[in-house]
Amino acid sequence: MASAESPALQVQFDTEAQQKDASTLGMWIFLITEVMFFGGMFTAYTVYRRAYSDAFAAASASLNVTIGAINTAVLLVSSFTMVMAVRAAQLGQRRAIVLFLVLALIFGGIFLGVKAYEWNEKFEQHHVPGPSFHLDGVTQQGHAQLFFSLYFAMTGLHAAHMVIGVGLIAWLIWLARKGTFTAEYNTPVDMVGLYWHFVDIIWIFLFPLLYLIDRHLPR
Amino acid sequence: MTEHVDSIRTYTLVLLALLALTAATTLVAFVDLGAFSVVAALAIAVCKMLLVALFFMHVRHSTKLTKLVVLGGLLWLVILLMLTLSDFTTRGWLGVPGR
Repeated sequence: MASAESPALQVQFDTEAQQKDASTLGMWIFLITEVMFFGGMFTAYTVYRRAYSDAFAAASASLNVTIGAINTAVLLVSSFTMVMAVRAAQLGQRRAIVLFLVLALIFGGIFLGVKAYEWNEKFEQHHVPGPSFHLDGVTQQGHAQLFFSLYFAMTGLHAAHMVIGVGLIAWLIWLARKGTFTAEYNTPVDMVGLYWHFVDIIWIFLFPLLYLIDRHLPR
Repeated sequence: MTEHVDSIRTYTLVLLALLALTAATTLVAFVDLGAFSVVAALAIAVCKMLLVALFFMHVRHSTKLTKLVVLGGLLWLVILLMLTLSDFTTRGWLGVPGR
């Protein structure tokens, strides 16, 4: 039920600010459950890395640091364009919202493309856990397989979140083109922004933990 | 709406800091810091997380309740990590059969 003065205000809220605060709080509660979801995997990773540090260091060294670092930069730029879209929405700049959302979508797409290339490389090099797994220079093949199991589970879950995020951004672009978002009502842009930045933060931790273990050791 | 709108300059500076920290964490990984390699990598990652959360996710301008929820969530994550690791790191300390 919307009133005449503020069409976006729902009946259960006193003010638009209160309505926005409620949405933000709800989104953060959801993100905290996501933190715990990924947290379980980070905990498993920490336990096994401690137990099988040699195999984990060797397996980690087989990943391509250059590609990983470039992809990190791509995702950070995508987060930047997302926050610029949120800013444009706050100021009610309709065309700028669409422009920055499209840019965020493109950079997110590049990240996923590079990730797909990396996974394909793992299949070609027999670095995918299973009967044909083999990693040179490691005596405990099982421990190396455990690293790659965690690698695929963590980057896979992260990529799944990216795919959902790309879908959400496409939906926002559609709404923004229709002119749904104004300086008074832009909650969906803000909330998807929070989600997109959260996915970015997960990668900020995945990159050093998966790609940069004991790189300084001679091999 | 009395929403706080940050300047483009602020967001650009945060992005540049994030990219610089990415370069730093990549380069420092190839320097032999011994056990401190992990510490350096995680310290840089936490800095990047704080930049993204405080600026891009607007936690700086959020309500006290939202800030409390964010801190509370991180506290639960620390409990998850600490209690699990306190088990795994201390298992070998006592020569008890069936430990």
